[in-house]
Amino acid sequence: MTPWIVAYLGLVPVVPLFASLLILSFFGSQRRAAAALAIGGQVIALGLAVLAFAQTLGVPGFRAVQNFTWFTFGENSVRLGFVLDPLTAAMLVMITFVALWIFVFSVGYMAEDKNFTRFFAYLSFFTAAMLGVVIANSLLLLFVCWELVGLASYLLIGFWIERPSAAAAAKKAFITTRIGDIGFFLGLLWFYGSSGTTLFYDNGAGGLEAGALAAIGASSTLIALLIFCGAVGKSGQFPLHVWLPDAMEGPTPVSALIHAATMVAAGVFLVARVYPLFSFGAVDGVTPSLTVVVWTGVITALMASLIAVAQSDIKRILAYSTVSQLGLMMVSLGVGGVAAGIMHLIAHGFFKALLFLGAGSVIHGSHHEQDIRRMGGLRSLMPLTFLTYAIGMLALSGVPLFFSGAWTKEEILHATAHWPASHVPHYLMMAGVVLTALYMTRQMIYVFFGSRRSSEHAHESPRVMTIPLIVLAVCTIALGIILTPGWPWLHGYLTGEPAQLDLARIVQPMLFVSLVLVAAGIGLGWLMYRNVTERDPLAEKQPGLFGFLEGKMWLDELYEHTIVAGSRFAASLSDWMDRHFWGGIARSVGGIGDLFGSLTKGFDERGINASADGASLGARGFGRVISIFHSGQVQLYLAAIAVSMLALLLLFAWLA
Amino acid sequence: MTPTLQLFLIISAALFSVGLLAALSRRHAIFVLIGIEMMLAAANLNFVAFWRFGPQPQPPTGVMVAIFAIAIAAAEAAVGLALIIAVYRHYRTTNIDQLDRLKG
Repeated sequence: MTPWIVAYLGLVPVVPLFASLLILSFFGSQRRAAAALAIGGQVIALGLAVLAFAQTLGVPGFRAVQNFTWFTFGENSVRLGFVLDPLTAAMLVMITFVALWIFVFSVGYMAEDKNFTRFFAYLSFFTAAMLGVVIANSLLLLFVCWELVGLASYLLIGFWIERPSAAAAAKKAFITTRIGDIGFFLGLLWFYGSSGTTLFYDNGAGGLEAGALAAIGASSTLIALLIFCGAVGKSGQFPLHVWLPDAMEGPTPVSALIHAATMVAAGVFLVARVYPLFSFGAVDGVTPSLTVVVWTGVITALMASLIAVAQSDIKRILAYSTVSQLGLMMVSLGVGGVAAGIMHLIAHGFFKALLFLGAGSVIHGSHHEQDIRRMGGLRSLMPLTFLTYAIGMLALSGVPLFFSGAWTKEEILHATAHWPASHVPHYLMMAGVVLTALYMTRQMIYVFFGSRRSSEHAHESPRVMTIPLIVLAVCTIALGIILTPGWPWLHGYLTGEPAQLDLARIVQPMLFVSLVLVAAGIGLGWLMYRNVTERDPLAEKQPGLFGFLEGKMWLDELYEHTIVAGSRFAASLSDWMDRHFWGGIARSVGGIGDLFGSLTKGFDERGINASADGASLGARGFGRVISIFHSGQVQLYLAAIAVSMLALLLLFAWLA
Repeated sequence: MTPTLQLFLIISAALFSVGLLAALSRRHAIFVLIGIEMMLAAANLNFVAFWRFGPQPQPPTGVMVAIFAIAIAAAEAAVGLALIIAVYRHYRTTNIDQLDRLKG
């Protein structure tokens, strides 16, 4: 007996989707109604998500599925379905809750935008697609929703379509993620081909359960890597991370939604969802596919946190921070710490949404100034934003004891330390923690401390924007308490093991290690950026290094000159081939056709047409001759018959 | 003078010729119709004569055929008269020299 919430799990994404359609069709000009609908849809989705979460709480390792057949061809059928397990439930609550407050924030942030209602329709659509990804119990359904997320991100990043940079960023995001999605799609086909089902869990017959995994066998590594391509694209992992910072061209609530709760989380979620495929045939917890995940994550995390140190756009710093945190999550998944990775994903969802909304508030309050070098001293002008932003910053940097990010980071460090394959990721992640603390300190000092470096007046944001900040800040601290290793119930909830209260676990060697690392990062940041000016101190001392990092390691330029130039060359080559080679062939074939046509035309005119004309002329003349006998005089006809009869009679008489 | 087949055939041929002459020469449509009826009567006379002087003159057969033919002739005459009335109403004439609409 499946609980009713599982049977109706599909409603969670359908409600926001419906709200979105309603806004687009009927409330295109009613701002209040549109915002109310979108927020109402989120509230209902949040309620359903909480119900689903409550359903999973009672039983450890709860899992219920609701499958149905989409269509059948021959003897095969394509089945879709929904699954409710701790992973889904935790993600559902996080997404709907964070999205709800982002929606509320948007009411204030987008208040003066002329396309206010369209914005809310797109936001609702975006969350609906993401919720679909989370509840999908079928790789195909997941892929469909995955692509919808891509479409929604395209619409939202390019929301200010009149700006060429926004349009370009939207295109870049769409195309870059599409590169990964090709891999995902191939993986999906291979998965279906070798397991015979697209379902994840189907009471023993699903693709992630023992029977199907045994059938997939050794190709699971390649399938997992192909699916990972999709995750690399969506979660902004190296080398497909380039779209993520550019996606900052969208309105700030969109950045918050994309970078905190939805799109980028999808990649990490995907890896966690198909984890059995990655870990199949693991020797000591290590498989080739998981090793690839680890190293991709390590490279991404380090590279992004290095780049973040030299950026000057408040949102770009956060974007690179997101990229690096996602790399951290990938590392965690790769080394086997699935629960730690997902916990970091959830904690990150809250504090990164808080940071982005805080950045939005800063941008809004300082009249759309995004360059941190022209901010400064906002601490006293925007006290609420400053306080909440500081909480987010401390959580992201991983300051222990009170902030959510610390515990999850600690757990990830713990997991990397026990990875049997190599200890390099462990140390590199430690360096990442220092760098994170460093760039966040730099940003804090630039934005909120020091003296004001701009003559523009700045003001605190309206209450509709500060309340979401406060709520998210409170949640960040509350999560810090919930996630404490003293009572690791969320860890146990995700892994399906019972959790015991053990306060001694709070104090572990790793706690001191991370304390030292964070202190080092913040201290270094304080030392470097204490007397901040418009010139970056790093740029003064190491201009070469700073330029390299500020230019995002010139990866965009590298892609521009290799991949983009290559595609351009291929395109112009095909164009030339089309015009001159294929076009020439087509034209000569056409010429032959022309020649043949004129030949047949002559034959038609002189042969067929003329003979038909002659035949009809002859028929007309003959008809004119015999119509003389047709006088209309009945008696003449009768006489003709009588004479003929007589003639026949005489003939017979003569013959007989 | 005993009646013979030849006698009847001659009478029938004469009757047929008179009817054909009438049908060919008269201008009035009703006379033409009468001529046609006379030719039919000649054919009936032939039927009966061939039956009477045939190898096995069974009593009812030949007469029955003739009676059927007469009945059909009556029906045909009715149709013919009706046609003539219809033609008259339309053209206000029964002179078949003037009725040449069949001309091609």
